[in-house]
Amino acid sequence: MLRYIIRRILYMIPTMIGISFLTFMIIQLPPGDFLTTMLAYIADSTQGGITEALEQKMRVQYGLDKPLIVQYWKWISGIVFRGDFGPSFGWGVPVSQLIGDTMGLTLMVSLCSLIFVWGVSLPIGIYSAVNRYSATDHLFTLIGFLGLAIPNFLLALALMVFGYSVLGVRVGGLFSPEFMHVDWSWDKFVDLLGHIWIPVIVIGTSGTAALIRIMRANLADELEKPYVVTARAKGLPEWKILFKYPVRIAMNPFVSTIGWILPSLISGVTITAIVLNLPTSGPILIQALIAQDMYLAGSFIFLLSILTLFGMLISDILLALLDPRIRFN
Amino acid sequence: MSDQQTNPVISIKNLSVDFALRRGPFRAVSDVSFDLYPGKTLCLVGESGSGKTVTGRALMQIISKPGVIVEGSISLVKPDGATVDIAQLDPRGKEIREFRGGDIAMIFQEPMSSMSPVHTIGSQIIEAILQHSKMSKAEARTRTIELLASVDISEPELAIDRYPFEYSGGMLQRAMIAMALSAEPRILIADEPTTALDVTTQAEILDLVKRLQVEHGMAVLLITHDMGIVAEVADEVVVMRHGKIVEHRSVDDMFHDPQHAYTKQLLASTMKLEAGAANAAKAVDDKAKPILSVRNLSKFYGTEKNGVQAVDDVSFDLLPGKTLGIVGESGSGKTTLGRLILRIVEPTTGAVSYRDRDGQDVDVIGLNKKRLRDFHADVRLIFQDPYASLNPRMTVREIIGDPLLVNGRLRGEALKDKVTELLDLVGLEPEVMERYPHAFSGGQRQRIGIARALSLEPRVIIADEATSALDVSIRSQILDLLLDLQKRLNLSFVFISHDISVVRYFCDDVLVMHYGKLVESGTAEQICTDPQQAYTKSLISAVPNPDPRNKRMMHRTRFDVTAN
Repeated sequence: MLRYIIRRILYMIPTMIGISFLTFMIIQLPPGDFLTTMLAYIADSTQGGITEALEQKMRVQYGLDKPLIVQYWKWISGIVFRGDFGPSFGWGVPVSQLIGDTMGLTLMVSLCSLIFVWGVSLPIGIYSAVNRYSATDHLFTLIGFLGLAIPNFLLALALMVFGYSVLGVRVGGLFSPEFMHVDWSWDKFVDLLGHIWIPVIVIGTSGTAALIRIMRANLADELEKPYVVTARAKGLPEWKILFKYPVRIAMNPFVSTIGWILPSLISGVTITAIVLNLPTSGPILIQALIAQDMYLAGSFIFLLSILTLFGMLISDILLALLDPRIRFN
Repeated sequence: MSDQQTNPVISIKNLSVDFALRRGPFRAVSDVSFDLYPGKTLCLVGESGSGKTVTGRALMQIISKPGVIVEGSISLVKPDGATVDIAQLDPRGKEIREFRGGDIAMIFQEPMSSMSPVHTIGSQIIEAILQHSKMSKAEARTRTIELLASVDISEPELAIDRYPFEYSGGMLQRAMIAMALSAEPRILIADEPTTALDVTTQAEILDLVKRLQVEHGMAVLLITHDMGIVAEVADEVVVMRHGKIVEHRSVDDMFHDPQHAYTKQLLASTMKLEAGAANAAKAVDDKAKPILSVRNLSKFYGTEKNGVQAVDDVSFDLLPGKTLGIVGESGSGKTTLGRLILRIVEPTTGAVSYRDRDGQDVDVIGLNKKRLRDFHADVRLIFQDPYASLNPRMTVREIIGDPLLVNGRLRGEALKDKVTELLDLVGLEPEVMERYPHAFSGGQRQRIGIARALSLEPRVIIADEATSALDVSIRSQILDLLLDLQKRLNLSFVFISHDISVVRYFCDDVLVMHYGKLVESGTAEQICTDPQQAYTKSLISAVPNPDPRNKRMMHRTRFDVTAN
């Protein structure tokens, strides 16, 4: 088992190198660079614009005159050896400082959503599979499809209106104004809990609906398997048969969903974050991409990809724990 | 019926089971009555769909949804003499669970899928023990090791912590039996317990069940479709058809004085295969040059350190118009051999030579892609599973016409006429052309598969276990169809099978394979009646003999791999 985990972690290294290179390529893909965007902005605000010589000087100053591979090496070596993600051209501060807070909050919202998704879809999925075509199953199916069909931002708007007009709470953001810029404390944490449920529901709903369907279909398949009959023939009580055998095996695809649900949660966060005005990474990433603030955008994409990789790793380890057939191969 | 001094342990009276379908209730079991006696074996015989499995499961009320017992009683006699009607108990209640796995235990057909793949053997047996006794976990573990040892599993201390996929089919069925015996049941229901196993393994498992039955005085209800097994182990026989009992006799009466027409038919199709006279009249020119010639064919899988010699230096000739049988147990390399000939799997070394229509010898191994396609038109394959080998989304017409269409030989009206002709050839009405495979029974599907194989007018057909998935009466029909086609179309067959009686009935010559090697070859009659090699002897003698007065299997020759 330990060997399996070590091997999986070793496999991640070439993947990470590939990802870092790809992200750097991707942020270079649009024509022009940060300077072009900035110059266009300056040209708009001052009528004359700036001279060719000045532009060249700035280009050297930002290091944008060097070949791509040199720029890449400067960026990645800084990350690996010094934990330095480079400067944000747009904000004029180191990227790591910008990322620190928002990345943590993004992760927090995503993890809460994942727990919400699992916590809701697992029991409902099991119930629906066991009581297929019952009235309750049909009800859950209906809710599930609604959850799949409603776009996140719409749900966010609806919940905001509901929260404001019915519950009378101020929604949007993750903190009340008085906690916005103070250090972490117990009160701030409680305040966070009061706010976080709206984005968690908004982000988690479609994932929940999808996982309910997956769990229901998987378990329905497993319920008919011969080993279930064997377990019944042993005289086990129905609940024990259900949880020890088919549910355990139907969990397999469920667990492997962490791999893909993590990135989809994070991208879901972006849209929702804009609507709900959350201080997470999504809105900053969008701005950085628009402005071609390459170190900032690159670092964001890189870190999100790494997170996805770790999501995959966790799901693989869980799978190996659940299923000896994977462990032994 | 046979004389019974003892009282039955369980009496089934007028049992009926309905399945609630959309069209209304379907009666799967209708008015079935029989008794089971301690130490005696009752065989429940019938073809697929006869309701024998449902009857067996009804005894423990574990019929799958939407089946329900609608009538009748199942009176279980407790050791203290009191009786309980299992049919009246709540199938989800606490009371019935005491009997399931307690007084009545069950083993199933497919040991691989009847055990959970993600739990160890030990965990699944210990659980059964704890359910029916007040042992501690440690005691249950000790007991499990004893049980595994009692069913002849070697190194039970290690085996207990293994997973099902680390076991062979036979080992797993032993573990299943150990599990069933954990609470010392008085009734054992065995539902086709050896159908998925090789013939020698089958003989060992049946031996084991018999031994344990004698030791514990259990009543055994053995559900099977194999009349040979019935003759070997049964005391009484119940024949079922369409959910009803058609005949209930002692085993000797059943075989030597069958009353009902259906029983007679069932026995006749079994005996016909035993006779093996189908090929006697076939006159083949022995001087003819072989149509297919295989020399030193080998296939090695894996790396040098950790590999398998799947096929090891096999050579044979197939003469035109003849049928060559390849027999062997699972893992013997017989299926791989068939695929090597067609180059579906590339051989490691060796040569395959095919004599084409013009009398030219073709080196099959050296063929390029396009020429290989021509070779595949002349040498066709029939598959084992008639359910999986037909695309459910294509009509029969599309399925049969597909090879012709793909090869660009026929289209439109001409194709339709050809399909009609082919359907007629395999004994199906042309009207079935527009229907989908799900509308057909297993035997009819296999006919469709044969029609498809014949569409390109092949000269050689490789049939890989082509009749294994079929009921015995259907099996002999399909074999007769193949024999008839052979005569009419001058076909040559390579017939791969684990079923000795089918090979004996159908083949002229037989190759016996074991661990990839050719063990023995000869005429079918000689291999079946006078085998020379120790392995062949053990194989032949393990085949159940459908005559209760001459139980072959119980006196079989045992073959020890290590001694060879």
